[in-house]
Amino acid sequence: MKLQIATRHALFAILELASQPDRQMSAAEIADKYELSPNHLAKVLRTLGRAGMVEASRGVGGGYRFCGNAKRLNLLDIIAIFEPIGPTAAGAREAGDDTREGQALRQVLNEIEDSTRATLSSITVDTMLKLVRRTPAEGATQRKAAGAR
Amino acid sequence: MPRHKAAPAATTLIENVSIGPVTADDLVHVTKLDARITGTAKPDYWNRLFEGAKADPPTQVFLVAKCEARLIGFIVGEIRAWEFGSAPCGWIFAITVEPDARLASIGSRLFDAVCARFRDAGVTKVRTMIARDSQLILSFFRSQGMMAGPFVELEKDLDE
Repeated sequence: MKLQIATRHALFAILELASQPDRQMSAAEIADKYELSPNHLAKVLRTLGRAGMVEASRGVGGGYRFCGNAKRLNLLDIIAIFEPIGPTAAGAREAGDDTREGQALRQVLNEIEDSTRATLSSITVDTMLKLVRRTPAEGATQRKAAGAR
Repeated sequence: MPRHKAAPAATTLIENVSIGPVTADDLVHVTKLDARITGTAKPDYWNRLFEGAKADPPTQVFLVAKCEARLIGFIVGEIRAWEFGSAPCGWIFAITVEPDARLASIGSRLFDAVCARFRDAGVTKVRTMIARDSQLILSFFRSQGMMAGPFVELEKDLDE
């Protein structure tokens, strides 16, 4: 599964801001850490602001702050703002859909999509931050891999 | 947009909560709490699990959370070996917390307590099974660090 660029920007921004909820952060600061386009990230942050997930304050020392409930906001809530995550059948009829083969194929694809939605909707921002803390830093992973050779 | 605004401060119930084995007197409250949450009363089921936990406490675990004598949650688990080809592991069958006592780590304490029992019995893995559309309970187990396991649950309507 590949997420669109805007979705990845949004997820990184939310995770970064939610990891330090009392701190204001600029788009440039977040963009720098994740090697993102600051302009694109600024647009994404405005979208997240309209969705009520982040708050912006202007002026010196201004920036963005996470304002959601990290134990309730889940990955699907964030992703769904930027891209559809199944069921693809909603309104878009495709060739072959009305055949038995097409319906059987739809059943299999629905199973995959249901599973994807269940996974994404069950992982909250708080759970993701726990996962991040349990994940070794990139340098440590590389050193471990090199040591194993 | 579902529930993404900050919730009111969680109650500080946690300090007054005790976790311990279920008693016969608790069963009526367990049944009522479960019936309120699931919409189905299953007194025989809870009684059977109670009898199992009483008969074989090292492998069958039924714990309740109480706050000033009021039952506010429960968890049920069991160690099973070699089903589906799996080495012995702990299974969690049910966990419920009073809706007005949620977001105060009661579920986490119940989960930790049952995992401690499993660990004491020598198993190193805990599993559960949850309906895909039970988003809240799925999120809870995810928050405890549980990830998708190596098994896939399959089923079939028998009248096909």
